[in-house]
Amino acid sequence: MPDNVATSLESALSSALPAQAVAATRRAVRAASGTRFEPVFGFLSRAAAFLLVAAMVSIFILLTYESLPAFRKFGLSFITGSSWNPVSDMFGALPSIAGTLITSLIAIVFGAPLALGVALFLSELCPFRLRQIITTTVELLAAVPSIIYGMWGLFVLVPLMAKNIQPALIGWLGPLPYVGSLFEGPPFGIGILTAGLILSIMVLPFIASVSLQAFATVPVALREAAYGTGASVWEVCRRIILPYTRNGVIGAIMLGLGRALGETMAVTFVIGNAHRLHASIFAPGTTISASLANEFTEAFGSMYQSSLLALGLILFVITFIVLIITRTLLHSINRKLPL
Amino acid sequence: MKPDPGILLQRRIKNRLMTGLFLLALLVSLGVLASILWKLTLDGIGYFTPAVFLKSTPAPGTAGGLFNAIVGSIMLVACAILFAVPIGVLAGTYLAEYGRHSRLGQVVRFCNDILLSAPSIIIGLFIYTIMVMPSGHFSGWAGSLSLCIIALPVIVRTTEDMLRLVPDTLREAAIAVGCPYWRMIVSIGWKAALPGILTGILLALARVSGETAPLLFTSLNNQFSSFSMNGPIASLPVVIFQFAMSPYRDWQHLAWAGAFLITVTVLSLSILSRHLFSAGKGT
Repeated sequence: MPDNVATSLESALSSALPAQAVAATRRAVRAASGTRFEPVFGFLSRAAAFLLVAAMVSIFILLTYESLPAFRKFGLSFITGSSWNPVSDMFGALPSIAGTLITSLIAIVFGAPLALGVALFLSELCPFRLRQIITTTVELLAAVPSIIYGMWGLFVLVPLMAKNIQPALIGWLGPLPYVGSLFEGPPFGIGILTAGLILSIMVLPFIASVSLQAFATVPVALREAAYGTGASVWEVCRRIILPYTRNGVIGAIMLGLGRALGETMAVTFVIGNAHRLHASIFAPGTTISASLANEFTEAFGSMYQSSLLALGLILFVITFIVLIITRTLLHSINRKLPL
Repeated sequence: MKPDPGILLQRRIKNRLMTGLFLLALLVSLGVLASILWKLTLDGIGYFTPAVFLKSTPAPGTAGGLFNAIVGSIMLVACAILFAVPIGVLAGTYLAEYGRHSRLGQVVRFCNDILLSAPSIIIGLFIYTIMVMPSGHFSGWAGSLSLCIIALPVIVRTTEDMLRLVPDTLREAAIAVGCPYWRMIVSIGWKAALPGILTGILLALARVSGETAPLLFTSLNNQFSSFSMNGPIASLPVVIFQFAMSPYRDWQHLAWAGAFLITVTVLSLSILSRHLFSAGKGT
């Protein structure tokens, strides 16, 4: 009988060994398999996770604290004021905020259709063998450092804009009523439009790759039913894929918007850094991030520095809101924010 | 009933037009990438001499290289990754193992998403207020810490995602034979997810190697060969920024050589990480 054998063995053992020895052996076995380390490991991983929360909260608190002097002095006119004058210590953020929003808007206006075109091509038309390699190539656009986009913009796109594109646009669109004033002024090459165009290329890979993931969620049956009834590729895209993935596509575009709002180096190269509001999109302007990159290290005087930090806080809040919208939209198609 | 040939023709033309536009969009985006790489190769490779690696950044009008900037960049990035990897992997482990469904886990995940997409210049501002302002001077450590905060969320996210791919039956089997929880994580979870975690680390490395904005007011720049992390230190992206915007020809040439170097590094890292990931998924 095995049961009897076990109990008799145990009793024999416990009678042979003193109780202390048994306990010591048990402890040794437990230590060897590492039960003791368990709370340490659990604590370490919790602490690491908590660090992320602490970092995020302290960014918010510190930026708010440091920008208090500027908000206290200028109040709401910090946001609505349009003069930025370090000499007289007067700071209004409107040109920077407007520049940020307008360049990002241009980026989306040009970048989103391009990205959707790329994604629809890859999802519906691309030969299977080329698909992976083209997808990887398009995603490489996201890996190129932003400073490289800046240099490319300054040395390739700016001359092109100044010599060919802007004079042509001024000639065609300048005389038009109402919209004409958007296309006025000398063709510098640098300015709001150029910055927006570079941004549109930079946001393209993000929008394309998230949209492509969304398109993959369209049920095959739905797609094939449409093709089966004789729908053309364009009709399938327009009537089936885009309506089905609407949230995902809007989420992808919002993601691109978030990237465009915060982009710094590429914009700094080509925007011209002028704190002025101008109707023309050819005029030099500035964005929040470009102002920070250009001026922060040279900002002497506490009010100047506090105003720049307040600009940073405004940018953080704007991207925060855009991110929450993106997250909600992508969550509804079970997609996470891409890296 | 026969379909109206006019409508058919109209639909066919519309289809041709729109699919043509899709192809055009693709060609435009690939064309821009080609143009960037072409310009970099054309202008970068000519000035890509041994001096770039051997000499320090020059005064305008004299010969020099990017030696101090390259070493500075390597130091900043290496320290950032060294700090980010343990913290990131542990936090990712928390999200995938301990806090998978907990409230704290959701909060951490949310903060990680915010950090992931926060503009990098904001991270620079943050480090400026906590390190540069109190100490009164720019430093390599400050630059490194800001790169670390940018690398962290990437590592956290990939670690969590890769650990989630490990089947729960493996976990249960380990627990069932009496393995402590942490041991199970280390010898089963981390081991199975290793290629994925390495991918995340490489991605983070690629991301921070080209990062410029947060360094502008943390590690600043240094035209001398100073390799002290306690003082301002030169880094490749910041030097490229300064030199490319300058009116001096020699500086612009060095900027192109640096831009070529950094793009080749970052793109190879990014392709390598992709390759590693697809190899890891295969097993």
